[in-house]
Amino acid sequence: MPAQDFPRSPFIEIRVQAEAFKPGEELDRWCALSNGAGAIASFVGLVRDLNLGDQVSALHLEHYPGMTHKALNLIAEQASAKWSLTAVTVIHRFGDLIPTEPIVMVMTSSAHRGDAFSACEFVMDYLKTQAPFWKRENTSSGTHWVEARESDLQAAARWENQP
Amino acid sequence: MITVRYFASLREAVGQDIEYFNYGEDVQTVRAVLDFCRAQSKQHAEALSITKVLRAALNQTLTSLEAQVADGDEIAFFPPVTGG
Repeated sequence: MPAQDFPRSPFIEIRVQAEAFKPGEELDRWCALSNGAGAIASFVGLVRDLNLGDQVSALHLEHYPGMTHKALNLIAEQASAKWSLTAVTVIHRFGDLIPTEPIVMVMTSSAHRGDAFSACEFVMDYLKTQAPFWKRENTSSGTHWVEARESDLQAAARWENQP
Repeated sequence: MITVRYFASLREAVGQDIEYFNYGEDVQTVRAVLDFCRAQSKQHAEALSITKVLRAALNQTLTSLEAQVADGDEIAFFPPVTGG
């Protein structure tokens, strides 16, 4: 189906919150809201209980309150410009989290699965390198800030050569 | 006036999360603001050392160090992000 059949501006929902969320409930709500979408792709990121061999007992997530929402909204808009989407949502937590808790959820809605899948992956890749969040882990070997990974930069860079 | 904010490991290394500086004509780019901050103290110089990889935001948007700064702007310096 050609792109012009879709609304020019898809519905974008950005939530940055300290409170826990339930991915199942979010997906149910999104399905009920998905006006005209035939496909929803979703991604849920969980707090790791092991990182580089160390047992993680707690995670603190710092963010830049004035910028976070703006940065996530920009990423959702960039995804909307690249693919035919009816809706994009990003939910991201901050503050104190415990291992295995959901930390991030992205849902992308489209008429067909291809655009929804690609956009969901793009949003996560850009979020990992552009959204102002920083993780500090408590592990068996002490408390430390998590280092950025080169593989995340490469994952984000691969979208730049695509039309 | 220019507002400068620091986050995460950089905030801890500098020892504060926010600073206010009078805007001057000689500080026209984000890079010049960074140099100005480095000159504040030995702790600043170490925290913001050129050997560290850092990112900058101008008015809550990621920016290059060459971006122009105006009176009233908010500039932030922080390490590469690690969310998601």
